[in-house]
Amino acid sequence: MASTTPTDLTPPPTGPALDGGKSTGRLGDKIFIGLSRGSGILVLLIMASIAAFLTYRAVLGISKDEGNFLTTFDWNPAGDPPVFGIAVLLFGTVVSSIIAMVIAVPIAVGIALFISHYAPRRLAAPLAYVVDLLAAVPSIIYGIWGALFLVPYLEGLNLWLDQFFAWTYVFEKTEVGVARSLFTVGILLAIMILPIVTSVSREVFLQVPRMNEEAALALGATRWEVIRMSVLPFGRSGVISASMLGLGRALGETMAVATVLSPSFLISLHLLNPGGGTFAQNIAAKFDEADQLGRDALIASGLVLFILTLLVNGAARLIIARRKEYSGANA
Amino acid sequence: MAKRIDVSGLTAYYGSHKAIEDISMTVEPRSVTAFIGPSGCGKSTFLRTLNRMHEVTPGGRVEGKVMLDDENLYGSGVDPVTVRRTVGMVFQRPNPFPTMSIFDNVAAGLRLNGSYKKSELADVVERSLKGANLWNEVKDRLNKPGSGLSGGQQQRLCIARAIAVEPDVLLMDEPCSALDPISTLAIEDLIGELKERFTIVIVTHNMQQAARVSDRTAFFNLAAVGQPGRLIEIDDTERIFANPSVQATEDYISGRFG
Repeated sequence: MASTTPTDLTPPPTGPALDGGKSTGRLGDKIFIGLSRGSGILVLLIMASIAAFLTYRAVLGISKDEGNFLTTFDWNPAGDPPVFGIAVLLFGTVVSSIIAMVIAVPIAVGIALFISHYAPRRLAAPLAYVVDLLAAVPSIIYGIWGALFLVPYLEGLNLWLDQFFAWTYVFEKTEVGVARSLFTVGILLAIMILPIVTSVSREVFLQVPRMNEEAALALGATRWEVIRMSVLPFGRSGVISASMLGLGRALGETMAVATVLSPSFLISLHLLNPGGGTFAQNIAAKFDEADQLGRDALIASGLVLFILTLLVNGAARLIIARRKEYSGANA
Repeated sequence: MAKRIDVSGLTAYYGSHKAIEDISMTVEPRSVTAFIGPSGCGKSTFLRTLNRMHEVTPGGRVEGKVMLDDENLYGSGVDPVTVRRTVGMVFQRPNPFPTMSIFDNVAAGLRLNGSYKKSELADVVERSLKGANLWNEVKDRLNKPGSGLSGGQQQRLCIARAIAVEPDVLLMDEPCSALDPISTLAIEDLIGELKERFTIVIVTHNMQQAARVSDRTAFFNLAAVGQPGRLIEIDDTERIFANPSVQATEDYISGRFG
């Protein structure tokens, strides 16, 4: 056996970053510490005040709700008695976002891989630019495009899905009507989150260390095998982060959804049926004409969206942290 | 199993820059051949032409012939992927797959080559890790990530990964330059054992190392910065270090330049 030594068994150092020691009190240091600490505290203050405001108004609203806030399929805070609940909105928000993720993430990863590893350089740069341009289109434009182009042109797809995949239940269309459905919204959201997921994934894929890829190449890996063995594992946590950024946008998207969806307070797993609603769409549609209680009720629904987003982000961080030992970061 | 390498008239480019020019040499099976020479003389580039890794660098291309026994690695219709499965490589910095366990790292090459039964895989992994003198240190933590090992252990893990697929040739590109002296010694011992089964080519900056591990030594040099590197001479290691036939070799070895 070769010589095994104590140094060989010591794990590599994984210490914290450098600690410069206590400052000696130079003016520049003091100003910089003040600025950075102040910015940090400012963020916390803003978050805390948003949370406090939302909670306060939400409690005001919910306390006057005569229905169950979580399970009621209705939104009528102006009624007598006022009855409203978020069940439909939560369902619509989650379902349309899931559809968007299912469609967008694989495509985005594909585009990112193509740009970072397959496309010749002359093609990669313009393509990346075009994808980034998609992010610059205002969401109301997406909404108009969705309503005027996507809705009529998706009817064919809807018919086809209904004809051949009705047995899946979700693709069974039981109501007549144009495609102002959660499914259409999901497709539109997918297009809208495509650029952010693509560009973050692309950056991560480009950061894969050359030596990781050469390790696979030297073993006789094909290009796809290099991607599977080196690129995707390294980029995994980055793709999750990218997806969460996209999901955050999909969950909160307002104008595009409001323009495309024909809202109704029904929950249906027949995704092709028109109707449904999302938190943001509902707030946008009703905020202007709502009275005091109506606004409090909408703010309460906004608080739920806020919590939903927090939970999603927390879950994503958990997934990333659990795989940390195996991530490329400690290579 | 170990094969003879016969290179003739090999020239390699990075884009329009000629990195090495007109290199011909023969590497005997079951021997260690060391490449020495000053920085930039193209010894690593030449090494990478021997398993067609040079051409993965953008702009990299090669002219000339590399015969592995009676097969030309640059013949038309030869798939570089297949070449790399028979000519293994160990890099300057240890590069285990960071997301894979120690076991999976060693099994990675086998899994590329086809499907194996679990027990077969375990056998090969054990044999390769033993072959790389790493088994005793890692046998209790095969499922832990390979990136948790020390630098020297990681490099031996990479050697285990390379020999697991039973290559004909093992190329090593300064395999000890990122390691401490004791880990270096472990790798050098290992090279001595591996040469009984493989044809080994090693690039090194350390002339003592070349003298210690190799049977044959090739000296590379370049006329000036920007000029292509050339093979100055290749001979038995003892002869290169005691009585080289070219003055430049002697100057380099005795520390007069480089």
